[in-house]
Amino acid sequence: MAKPKVAFYWCASCGGCEEAVVDLAEKVLDVVAAVDIVFWPVALDFKRSDVEAMPDKSIAVSFINGAVRTSEQEDMAKLMRKKSGLVIAFGSCAHLGGIPGLANLWDRKAIFDWYYSKGPSVAKGDGSAPTTKIKVPEGELELPLIWDTVKALNQVIDVDYYLPGCPPTPKIIGNAVNAILAGQLPPKGTVLAATKALCNECKLNETKPEKLLIKDIKRITHFVPDPEKCYLAQGLICMGPVTRGGCEALCVEGNMPCSGCFGPLDHTSDPGAKAVSFIASIVDVFDQKEAHEVMEKVADPTGIFYRYSLPSSKLGRKRMRRSS
Amino acid sequence: MAQALAPPVQAAQTRTKETEYEPKIVAFFCNWCTYAASDLAGISRMKYAPNMKIVRIMCSGRVDPSFVVEAFRAGADGVLIGGCNPGDCHYKEGNYKTMRRYMLLSRMLQDFGIEKERLRLEWICASCARELQTTVDKMTADLKRLGPLDWKGV
Repeated sequence: MAKPKVAFYWCASCGGCEEAVVDLAEKVLDVVAAVDIVFWPVALDFKRSDVEAMPDKSIAVSFINGAVRTSEQEDMAKLMRKKSGLVIAFGSCAHLGGIPGLANLWDRKAIFDWYYSKGPSVAKGDGSAPTTKIKVPEGELELPLIWDTVKALNQVIDVDYYLPGCPPTPKIIGNAVNAILAGQLPPKGTVLAATKALCNECKLNETKPEKLLIKDIKRITHFVPDPEKCYLAQGLICMGPVTRGGCEALCVEGNMPCSGCFGPLDHTSDPGAKAVSFIASIVDVFDQKEAHEVMEKVADPTGIFYRYSLPSSKLGRKRMRRSS
Repeated sequence: MAQALAPPVQAAQTRTKETEYEPKIVAFFCNWCTYAASDLAGISRMKYAPNMKIVRIMCSGRVDPSFVVEAFRAGADGVLIGGCNPGDCHYKEGNYKTMRRYMLLSRMLQDFGIEKERLRLEWICASCARELQTTVDKMTADLKRLGPLDWKGV
């Protein structure tokens, strides 16, 4: 029997997800023994035309990482969808929009203005910004169009499964690959990680007090937390209670509170709103003025609570003023 | 054909010009205080702006911030949360939780370009029908000034 064909593609991503595949270490040899990698721009020299030449659905599984924010990424995502049996959104950016999704708090014009003409490092330049087409002596060059809005993969194409994480851990990647090879996949649309909150598997869970209440909100840069005690109980914002488990609390293992990269639990309507709800409930301050002072210590609530999920949240982006 | 279509289009334009914009307010009122106040306002035949759609909940603490976000996404121009005065909560501390949630949520919504005036939290007691009246009128006026939110999303 021919080995199943597998492809990897990256959209708006940092390369960390590609690194996660390499992090499989010697297990990657087992993967390569079991499958044929037919497309992987970061590691193998195949071109778009090679993918176009493949018959439809001939790739068994495509792992696509990164958010989608340019016309080229959309085209490639659609091409991969056409050529693949299964498409798996790999990592937080493809799953929910991820860190690049925070660009949805601006729009293309604001971003271009800052990065090509107003920002201090470019303010003395000529203000030229990328255009989609430019004429040079050698001919006309074309660049993809950057959108106003960053999207998660499932806002552009149909996605079969999601591997969450920034990046996904070797364990959940291994489990997913094994499930695919064994043909034992859960219903379509499943996020291939735990279904319970991170606290459930956190080693500090047993130090969490019976009733978790805090008098103050602190930041990790302001004090040295006790690595043996629940970070929430120490006043640090830890996203554990509103984040899907499956990573085995790696960040907590590394003495950092959870930042929420596995995304919200199933049936969460809006990840940021849920996080606001839980943080505000455990702050044990009743005086309006004092409560205000404590809540003000949450620096950048949008950035903290929608860190990986802004494009797939209910509002999705900052309001665009439409010219009528 | 083009001629036949022309009159209705013109009519639609004049209609939007003549009719004043009426903001849509979704109100979450606690059963024990603010909802009772709106009941009292009704019984006392007080007049106030008809722009509010009330959702009765048992406690303002039941207002999950995602209700507010969903209301804006679904087309509300403003959201008004009404609860008992501090210390008066039927469930002891529900309104305090709402107060703290509001503090974060309000900042977050502003990052999304939703003005502060579009989300209000008010403590209105069961006998404060007059206060309810002025709150709704004031909020309606504020929203008329801001114009429609007209959330389109991604």
